Parts: sequence; structure tokens; C-alpha cells
Amino acid sequence: MNKISLIVGGEAGAGITRSGFLFAKACLRGGLHVFGTNDYQSLIRGGHNFYAVRAEAEEIYSQEDTIALLLALNKETALLHRDKLVSGGAILYDGEEITIMDEELDRNDVKLYSVPLGRIVKDLKGELIMKNTVALGSVVALLNYDLEILNEVIRDSFKPDVAELNVRAAKAGYDYAQKRFAGDFKHKLHKTTSAMTKKLFVTGAEAVGLGAIKAGCKFYAAYPMTPATPLLHFLAPLDREFRMIVVQAESEIAAINMVVGASFAGARAMTATSGGGFCLMSEGFGMAGMTETPIVIMLAQRPGPSTGLPTYSGQGDLNFAIHASQGEFPRVIIAPGDAEECFYKTMEAFNIAEKYQMPVILITDKYLTESHWTSELFKQKQIGIDRGAIFMEDEYTDDEEYKRHKFTKNGISPRAAPGMKKAIVRTNADEHDESGYTTEDPELTTAMNDKRFRKFDALLENLERYDTIRLYGPPDAELTIIGWGSTKGPIREAMKLLTNDGLQVNYIQIIYLSPFPSAALQKTMESAGRTIVVENNKTSQLSRLMKENLLTRPDHTVLKYDGRPFNPGELAHRIKELL
Amino acid sequence: MMNLEDLKTPKKNTWCPGCGNFGILMAFKKALIHLGLDRRQIVIVSGIGCHGKIVNYVNVNGFHGIHGRVLPLATGIALSNPDLTVVGFQGDADCYDEGWGHFTHAIRRNVNMTLIVHNNMVLGLTTGQATSTSQEGFKTKSTPHGVISPMLKPLAHALVSNATFVARGFAGDVTHLSSLVAEAVKHRGFAFVDVFQPCVTFNYRNTYDWFRERVYKLEEENYYSNDWQKALEKSLEWGDKIPIGIFFKQEKPTYRDSLPHVRKIALPKLTTEDIDITTLLKSMT
Repeated sequence: MNKISLIVGGEAGAGITRSGFLFAKACLRGGLHVFGTNDYQSLIRGGHNFYAVRAEAEEIYSQEDTIALLLALNKETALLHRDKLVSGGAILYDGEEITIMDEELDRNDVKLYSVPLGRIVKDLKGELIMKNTVALGSVVALLNYDLEILNEVIRDSFKPDVAELNVRAAKAGYDYAQKRFAGDFKHKLHKTTSAMTKKLFVTGAEAVGLGAIKAGCKFYAAYPMTPATPLLHFLAPLDREFRMIVVQAESEIAAINMVVGASFAGARAMTATSGGGFCLMSEGFGMAGMTETPIVIMLAQRPGPSTGLPTYSGQGDLNFAIHASQGEFPRVIIAPGDAEECFYKTMEAFNIAEKYQMPVILITDKYLTESHWTSELFKQKQIGIDRGAIFMEDEYTDDEEYKRHKFTKNGISPRAAPGMKKAIVRTNADEHDESGYTTEDPELTTAMNDKRFRKFDALLENLERYDTIRLYGPPDAELTIIGWGSTKGPIREAMKLLTNDGLQVNYIQIIYLSPFPSAALQKTMESAGRTIVVENNKTSQLSRLMKENLLTRPDHTVLKYDGRPFNPGELAHRIKELL
Repeated sequence: MMNLEDLKTPKKNTWCPGCGNFGILMAFKKALIHLGLDRRQIVIVSGIGCHGKIVNYVNVNGFHGIHGRVLPLATGIALSNPDLTVVGFQGDADCYDEGWGHFTHAIRRNVNMTLIVHNNMVLGLTTGQATSTSQEGFKTKSTPHGVISPMLKPLAHALVSNATFVARGFAGDVTHLSSLVAEAVKHRGFAFVDVFQPCVTFNYRNTYDWFRERVYKLEEENYYSNDWQKALEKSLEWGDKIPIGIFFKQEKPTYRDSLPHVRKIALPKLTTEDIDITTLLKSMT
């Protein structure tokens, strides 16, 4: 079997994610399909971090429940993860630095491969952190994989002098393991014929960033908050190349107000945050709705309430996103489920925001923004740029006074930006008339509310143009799993397991949560079997939305709210328990 | 050329008769005319409070935003398009209370814009409560036993935050205020003008007469606005004599000056079509 699941674990600050990533990329370059996900605590040094890599010749969508190899850079890792090891699995560790007693391990079906990582690094006169590279070299030897691919990845990832040192470290680790353990480990990995085709290995956050750049986002402001920060880190160094302004604002309140300002001035603009930051943004979010200013917000969820589990994942903010801010105004909420959707749906989000002149939330979570997915190269022409009704530069030439909030049939008032020769652009967070002047007039108030919601109707009419839901598996099935966002990967993996068990399963992924794709969902659900909503929250917020919009509840719910994503086996098991 | 008539709007003014805001409104309009600006290139941004209505009373581009957030909103506009003249208006509560968190940061960013604070040392539109610039002992509905905390010194804070233009005017002296506003708008960088703006309805203490007896002009005192230490000293002066005028002025690179890739480019003028990310994608394979 050409596949492996492994975990690299150690203390924070020991380069765990990087090592896992390098190995994952070495698998990717060998033509394997790879998924990588990290788990870390809210601290900078110490504690326990790990990165799980799964690589297979077949298409995969998430991590597995079990692993075959554990790369333990400290003792804690060995003890914490030993139960995840399959029978015949192995632990690779530095026996000169840690001792793993038989009674501690309490398993006799697991192999122990000791490699003197520290001593090898010392002999090479390298930095201590290079132990990780030595270990990766040993892993490659154990798996009988290709060291040259790892070297290539190392050379692409480090500065030349550092790279060469690491290549030597990998070689030393490889030689050591090859000499002592060659052929001993039954799990093997080899290059496939797809190795020639370039594939992407990106996180959800990077894919959102790529989508934003491609969509012509010219202004990004944000305040650091896990797990939205990776987007800031991705965009900041690319500002010059793609001529954007990236601002680290003094708060989320500042960030969203800056973004509204930039969009009012005519630039495509975006911000991102997590739940707590979005609380602070709520008022500005409402202002975007009231002033009909197009903005895109990535809301990367983590478990709440309050600070919750800052570095973990959850789906508890759906209700909040749908209801955030005072009063009533239309907003769009899109939930991509993997990196590829993060890219295309971000582009779509910018188009919808401008076309319907309303705020759009891309709702993601830590599992989605920070995990690495294998994907075909994103197609740059798949989603075009649609800026909606907008006067560019000096296009407004009417002698009639320009009215930013002019009443129209579909509620969409063509936009102009300040600085045009013939248009004075005025908008207002107070209720306003067509020209943007403050009003308290009851008829105008009604008319303006109606106007804003006519845009929502217009979007609803055109909703079928977008992938608002997706169906996986056969149209008819005895079991229909329904989910949104990052549960997509584990659900698709669980489907494989359930199908192997002889069950007929399909899965409806809901991508648009506002407006709720009632018509499309109803149609798809006509042939559904027993319905099971799968979510990473306590109260099944999607079930509530379904009840509200479809007047129907799912037959079952499978919920998890411990900050960790579902594992496929765990999910399949919990589904089977319901039958 | 633009004249007062061009800047008029059809909206009926609802400020109290005699409100200091009228002085600020007139001084602002006169400054724009004096500078010979095109009203289509001007954007005014206001917050919530009596001052906020100014967006209804000047016929230029405008954004009447939410309470306390004028500075980041105006920052977004000014950063997006350097061809615009961006002027933010805030009340003392809007800027120094609700929006205080943005004040220092907007100043130290030195974005090219102007901030005019209508400082009447009281909350007007919420019918008379204390603000952070109300004097100690000032009795209002919310402070029936008198304000307990010492008043904020916004000019000193601005100076300590590396402000490049700090001034104070008095709404009772429109000619002088107008020249300050004109200098502020002309200044390349973040220009801050605090304006004494008597609230004729709720501030029974800091009245026109109260200010008239106390204010004196720095420029009549052989004062040079290039000495930061001296400016700081003057910014703390409060009592029988209170200075107005330009406290400090300095040329420094603006935020956009440090963005060589867009220095003079308006972001809305950059194309959103056919942005090529091929190389970037390849680097991630």
C-alpha cells in the first residue's frame, strides 16, 4: 500500500509544523495526495504541538484517526500519541535523549526506532533545530522513499547555505536508519506517475489570500487574531508585488472602519478576524450594510464563548454571523469547505459584495485556515471580475445630481467614488435619503429599508448562478449527511468508510448560509434518506437554520465541540450508532 | 472658482441658535474657498453627535459614520486615494471618549488628512453629560456631584504621539479659525485642530465669554511652532490664559511615502482585471 499517516510532535518552538510541512511537501512532489493539519496550544515555548501528515496515492480529504509512524521529538509526544498508532506502527525518537520504558509504552505491537538525532547534529556542527531534518531523513529511509525529493524540498525552503547543511543532516539521518532498520518497517511510500503534474499544497488562509489578490483586492486591514492571522501574514509580504495596501490596524474596530473607508473610496477591500474580533467589528459591519458599502470579511472561527480555545477549531459563530449588528440589513455568508473553495469563493465574495453592495462574510475556521490541502492549480479564469453597477473614474457625466442611494427597481444604486468630476458622493450611517442626507422621515425610512432588501431579493433571484450547495455521492441514498464548512473533508472520508460498510450514503454541503439556499436544498433533499446534520458546535446551528427556512429538522445530529475536527473513523462510528 | 453658494446644501440646519458649530462650519467653508479647492476632490467624514450633522451642511463628498470611528474610516479613504482632500470632524466625546483608541494611532501613522474636533467640553446631542474634556467639578446630569477625573489634554497627547501638525482654534473667532483650518488642510501629513466650540445649551460654564476672556493667540506672542518642547509646555497651559493658534508643525514622511509601490497612485485606479498569480501559485507547488 502506497500510503502513510504520521505525526511529528514536540514542544512549541521546536519547528514542528515546519518539519511536518517539509515531509508533506516531499510526499506531494512524489505525486501523492497529501493532507496536513496542525495542533498547537496558545503558547510560544513548551507545551505540546503536533502536525499530522497523511499521504496516499488516492485522493484524500482529511487526516485519519490512526497513524503508522510517530516522530517523537520529545517524550511527551510518544506517550500522548501512542494509542493512535496502528499495530505494526513505529515510534522514531532519540534514544540517547529520551528513554521510553516498556511499561510506559504499554504496547508490544509497536516498533521503536531510536536515532541519535542530537549527536548527529552535533557531529555536523549544526543548530539544535536541525534534529528535525535528521529525523525526516530517517523517516524517508524507514519508508523506503526518495531522499532526493526531500532534498529538493529543503533546497526550495531554506537559504542556500542553510539548505546545504540541512541536506547533509537529512542524509545523515537517512544513512543511519538505512544501515540499521532497512526493510524492517512494513509501511512503504513511493513516487507515483502523477509526480510530473504540479499540484498545490496550500492552507485555507493562503487560498483565501490568493483569491483576494486575484480578485483585485487593493486594501487589507486587520488586527492579529488566531486563526485569521495567517491571512495577514500571507498578504503583508505580497503588498508591493500586487500593489495593495496592507495595514495592521490598532483594533478590529479600526480595521473594519478602514476597510469601509477604502471601499467607499472605490477600492476592493477586505478584513479578517475571529469571533472576539468580529464582536468588535459588529457595529462597523452594520455600517457597511446601512451605507451599502461592499466589503469582504473572513470570519475564521475558533471555539468560544469568549476567548475559548484560542488555537483550536469550531463552528459556533454561524448564528452570530447571521444576526450580527443591530437592526435589519441583508448580508451574504459563504462557507467554503476546503482550500480550493476558499480560493474560488473568495473571488465570488468580492463580486457579490460589489454587485449587491452589501457586506459578505466568508466563514471559515482554524481547521480550514491552517490545514494544508492538495489541490489542482487554481484556474485563474474560472471566476471573472464583476464589479456590478459602478461608474469608473469620470464615467458619471449626467447633469442630474448624482445620488449614491438612488431608488431603483432592484434596489441597486450605481456606485460612484469621491473624486469624480461630476459626482458628489455622500453616504450616511444614519437613515438617509437618496443623496445620503440624514432623514427621520417615516416614508423614506420604510422606502430605504425596502430598497436595501430589494437587493437581497435580486440576489435570491440569481442565486442559482452560484454553487450554493453541493451534492456528493449518489442522488438517492438511505443516508444523507448535511454539513457546512470544514467538516467537508472528514465527512467525505467518513462516506468512504460507510460505503465500504455497505451503506448507501450521500452528502449535501451547504455553501451559502445567507441567503439560505432553500429552493436548491429542498430540491436536493427530496430524494434524501435519513438526514444527519454534522457540525462542530453544541446546539446544531445549521439544524436551526433548516428549521427556520425549510420548516424541517434533520432526523439526527452528530455534534462535536471540543475544539478538534472530526476524525473520519470517529464520525463514521457515530453515524452508525444512530442507525 | 468655488463660492459659499456652491457649498450650500438643501438641508435645514438644526444646530441650536448660537451654537459654536456655526463658527466651525463657516471657517471650514471659507478655508476651502481660500484654498481654491474643487469640492469634488474633498471628502468630509463625521461621527455621531451635533458635529456629525456637518456632512448634511457642506456640499462636498461625505461619509457620516458611526460614533468614535471617524479616524479609521477617514484613514481608509485617505490611504485609498491620495488625490482626495480628506477632513474628519469629531466631537470631543466622539474623538476623546468613544474614539480615543484611534487618536494616537491615526496621529502616529501620519496619514495625509485633517482632523477637526468640535470641543465643547460636554455631550450635546445626548442632552448634556460630561466628557473627558469637561473640567473637574463640572456638574451635569450624569455627574451631579461634579466631574471627578482631571480633564484630558488632547494637544499634549497629540504631541507625544509624534503629531506633525497641532493647532487649537476658537469658534468665536471665525477668521482666525479659518486660517488655522486652511493651514491644516494644506499640511502634508496628519493635521489636528482642536476647536473650542461653546455649547450654548448644555455647557453653562465654558461659554463664549468664558473663552473670550482667556484665549490669546500664539502668533501674537513671538511664538515659533517648530519647538516641540515649547509646544508641549503651551499645550498644558490652562487657566486664566489659554493659547490658541498653531502649536507645532513639522514636515515628516506620510504613511503613504513609505509605500513606494503605490505612493502617488489612487488604489481605485488600479485594475482589478487579469492580475497574474501564476508565479505565486507555482511557488506553492
